[in-house]
This record gives sequence, structure tokens and C-alpha cells, in this order.
Amino acid sequence: MNFGHFFRSTVGIATLAALLVALPFVAAMGGQAWVRILDFAILYVFLALGLNIVVGLAGLLDLGYIAFYAVGAYTWALLASPHFGLHWPIWAILPIGAGLACLAGVVLGSPTLKLRGDYLAIVTLGFGEIVRIFLNNLNAPFNITNGPQGITLIDPVSFGAFQFSGTTQILGFAVSGPQKYYFLLVALAILVVIINLRLQNSRIGRAWQAIREDEIAAKAIGINTRNLKLLAFAMGASFGGVAGGIFSAMQGFVSPESFSLIESIMILAMVVLGGMGHIPGVILGAVLLTVLPEVLRYGVGPLQMALFGKMLADPESLRMLVFGLALVLVMRFKPAGLWPSPERQRELQETGK
Amino acid sequence: MDIFLQQIVNGLVQGSIYALVALGYTMVYGIMGLINFAHGEVVMIGTLVTITVAGTLIKAGMPVAVAGLAGMMAAVLVCMALGWALERVAYRPLRNAPRLTPLITAIGMSIVLQNLAMMVWGRNYLTFPSFLPNMDFELAGAHFTAIQVIIVLVSAATMGALLLLVYRTKLGMAMRATAQNPAVASLMGVNINRVIAAAFVIGSALGAVAGVMVGAYYEIAHYQMGFMLGLKAFTAAVLGGIGNLAGAMLGGILLGIIEALGAGYIGDLTGGFLGSHYQDIFAFVVLIVVLMFKPSGLFGEKSGDRA
Repeated sequence: MNFGHFFRSTVGIATLAALLVALPFVAAMGGQAWVRILDFAILYVFLALGLNIVVGLAGLLDLGYIAFYAVGAYTWALLASPHFGLHWPIWAILPIGAGLACLAGVVLGSPTLKLRGDYLAIVTLGFGEIVRIFLNNLNAPFNITNGPQGITLIDPVSFGAFQFSGTTQILGFAVSGPQKYYFLLVALAILVVIINLRLQNSRIGRAWQAIREDEIAAKAIGINTRNLKLLAFAMGASFGGVAGGIFSAMQGFVSPESFSLIESIMILAMVVLGGMGHIPGVILGAVLLTVLPEVLRYGVGPLQMALFGKMLADPESLRMLVFGLALVLVMRFKPAGLWPSPERQRELQETGK
Repeated sequence: MDIFLQQIVNGLVQGSIYALVALGYTMVYGIMGLINFAHGEVVMIGTLVTITVAGTLIKAGMPVAVAGLAGMMAAVLVCMALGWALERVAYRPLRNAPRLTPLITAIGMSIVLQNLAMMVWGRNYLTFPSFLPNMDFELAGAHFTAIQVIIVLVSAATMGALLLLVYRTKLGMAMRATAQNPAVASLMGVNINRVIAAAFVIGSALGAVAGVMVGAYYEIAHYQMGFMLGLKAFTAAVLGGIGNLAGAMLGGILLGIIEALGAGYIGDLTGGFLGSHYQDIFAFVVLIVVLMFKPSGLFGEKSGDRA
């Protein structure tokens, strides 16, 4: 059965929608912790799809994507927390966060986008580290980011009187905070999927793909490579900014620790592992890489007890070990990712690679 | 002026360590066009192996200097084996895969190695046994210790040996040929698999030497120490022009000196607004600025289209 056709049929969409609606309630049976994991899975889907524009479509290797996420998160944290005593509404903060992240993308991108491949990768990586170091140290002489302690008591998302934290009764159902965030995030994720889909087949999207395949050829047929690369960068960055804002509100707490290089790398791993440039693949990658470590967290300890009757290794490091091995093995046996786009799969087979 | 000389000395020492690690990155990159993200972890394993081996030998009553040398030999051997295994398991099967695929396996291997190290050596900081008496020299107002002198000398000797290997031996010629064009090199009878494996093994041996020196310098080690060190060293390799041996050496030393001077003077320059805890940003700021004007690093050749 062809998944693509299935999802485009009415029955397919209805099934998918029903699944998406039911999911947080099913997860809640295992405890609210699982709903929060779902929330994060969707948040990472959002981030991975944003990065997919930069890496998957335009072919620009960005290892500092988390910096834009950090900009969004700190924008929300500073404008909606007791830290500065500001409590702005969501329609002010999210656009500001996205705008600032976009601006950061342009500032980083405009001087560096002429760099090729791995040089661009290391510059973006450096930029990510610079942002994190500043967040960590901007508590003196003026306390802007509160340093490594981070910012606490951040306002949750609210539309007027409707709060996203705490439990409310909707249509007779008790809907918990994480469940409400789940629906908000799903809505945002659907939006970004639609944007990705529309972009992919647009003039801009095709130009990006041309740049990805061969920049010189793209330039030769009249594509303004500089502006288009900048656009990809800025667009990816603003998605990062929005995701950061929601993250901040959902957690109620941000600190520089959440924005280390390993996070950028994880998001990149989601894109590549799932199938670069292919939207269902990227979604699969994001969900897998968020849920797998959590499943391992709960599974590794009891499994050891069952197999050996005692704890042989620290479950925390064992789960990361298994996770690392999983990354290696998946790439070893599915070099184009778990769910690559059909064209890409064909290309790989044709060249006999 | 005293601070200036002192920071130059400190930077030189730190820079020699960066240079050794950077060589590991640049050799692999020059030959395969691949960022070996797990290289920092190899360095970390080198330090920790030395601690275990040397520590055990010292406890067994061996003279400290002999134990130190034995520890270093052990580290070099373990890291060489590790480098070989890395190439074999994580990179060779993916040689013709899409470009980002080996990057992800490298990250996977890096996670695996870090967590293996944590299982073996624990989460805590380990102290590195001190091999050398605490001697202090003074020259033109700058202080330096015996260990600093040894670090600079050992790295210089190691780098000299590497240059000899690459430019004066048959294996070196094969490596240079492979870097230029693997397909043609293999037609000329070069065993590509062996050359690539050799690049990993040699790079890892250099990394092990660097690891021992980092440990001896800071007298402390930790399973996460490889990450930032690897990152800085990689920055140094790119700064010098990745794939270029001399570039990696100069890039490393330059980066060390820039960092030391930056940390020494940033407080004065910004009127106390930014302190020395901003040390880590220098590496990256300098990198971004240099690449803006010289897009393939200070000494890199104009790169072809390898996007």
C-alpha cells in the first residue's frame, strides 16, 4: 500500500486526525509524563521541519540551529516573566521572537553564506556556541539573562482568559496542561508541514533544490543564489524562534544548558536519520529520536534486571549508549535515512551506491 | 608587557595541544572529505587510559617517569586500535553514502564512546598523576613550568615526525595521492583502504599524545573533556585551512595564542564589561572573521565545489 496516496485520501486524513486527537489521551493512561514526551516529540517535529528547509531543501549544513531556538526562548522568557516584570501577550511575543531569530539568521547568514559545505557548518556551529556563552554570562554587569541559573516562573501560553497550564474542563473532559499544549503544538506542526509542502514545489523551493544539487549551475540559469540561501536561513531561523517561544512557555523555565551544541546535532540527526528533504521522513526521525531515549529510559533498567538479575551498568549511560549505536546502525543500513523521498532512493540505486 | 609575554607562553602551550588534535581532523578530512566528530572522544580515551595505566604502575612501585611513559605508550596503542576500529565500523561501510550520513554515524560513535568511558571510569573528575617535579623557569619576565616546555617540545617533535612521514615515505606519498584523487591513486596501485585506515590510526595516535599532554597540563580529566577540546581543535583545523597539515599546526598555535591574549586583555579592552569567562568565544569569533575574508582558511587552497 502506498502511504503517500493513503494520506491524501479523505479516509486517510480522517484516520490520521482521529489518531492525532486520541493520542494524548492514550498517552495519559501511562501518566502525564508521556504526554509531555509527546509534546516534545511534536516540538522537535516543528524544529526538524524548520531545519529541513535549510539543510534538506537548500543543502546548507547548519550546526548552530539551536541558537535561533534559544533566541526565541529567551525572548519569551524575558518578555513574559517576573524577571523584568513584563507580561506581554502571546501575539506580541511570538512575532517578536520569530522576528529576532530571523534577524539573527540574516546577521549570521549574510557574511557567511558564500562559504561552502563544511566551512559553513563550522561557522554556524561557532555562532551557536557564541550565543550560548553570551546567555551564560550576560548576568553581569547588567543582569539580562540571569546567567547559568536561567529564568524561572515564565508565563504559560494563554489566549485571553484561556490558560494552557493546569487542568480545565472542555466538553466534559478534563484536559490537562500538557494535553492542551499538545493540541497547540500539533496545530503549529500542521502549519509548518503545510508551509514545507507548499515551499517544496514552489519556484523558491525548486530554486533551493537546484542550489543544493549544483550551486554553480543554479547561478548560471539565473537563480539569485545569495538571496535565496539567505531566505532559507532566515525562514529556518524564524521557525526555530517560534518553537523556542513555545518551549519557554511550556517549561516555565529556560537556562543556557538547553541550548548546547548537542541539541543542534540532535535536530540535524532527526533530519538526516529520517530522510533529508522528505517531510514524512523528517517527522518520523523527529518522533523516533525524541521517543526512543525515553523508552530506553524506562526500559533499560528493568530489562537488565530481567536478563541478568542485577544492574550491570548505569541505566542512564546505557540508554545513551544504545541510542548512539542505534544512530550508527540506522545510517549503516539505511544511508539515505529511514524514509527517504522516492526520487532520492532512485538516485542512490541508479548510481549503484 | 609581562602579561603579554606570559599569555604568549600559555597560548603556545595550549596551541600545541590544539595543533596535535587538529592534525587528526585535518588528515582524515584531507583524504576523505569527512569530519570525524568522534576524534575528540579518542583524545579523551587517551587521557583516561594513561591515568589508569600510569596510576596502576605508580602504585606498583614503578618510578614515576617510567610509569608515565608506559601510560603514554598504552594510550597511543589503545587509541590507534580505536581509530582503526572507528574507520572500520562507522566510516568504511558508508564511503559512498550521501555526504551527511557519515556525519551522523560519527556523532553516534561519539555518544557511544562518551558513555562507554563514563561506564568504565565513572562520572567524576579524575586526577592525573603528576609525572614531573614542579619546576619553574623564568625568561624575560614570563614564567613557565617544566611541563609546559615538555608539551611544546613533544608536540614539535611529533609534528616533525608526521611531516617526515607524509613527505618522505612511500605511505606518505600514497596518502597525498589519495587526497588528490582517490580513483586515480587506486589505478596507480595505491591501496586506498589501507591509506584511509592509516590516516585514522596516525591521527588517533597524535590525538593520544595530545590527550596525555592535556591531562598532564591540567592534572584533571573527565569523560566529557573530549568534546570542547575537539571542537576547538576542529576550529583550528578550519582556521588553518582544513586538509592542510601545516595549516592545522599553525591554526592550532594561532588559536591558542589568540585565546590566551583575548582572555588576558578582554577585561581591560571592554572596561570590565566582559570578563575572561568569554574566553571561549574568541576561537569562534576569530574563525568567523577569518572565513569571511579567506573562505577556505588561512592556508587552504581554493576549494573546489564540494558542497
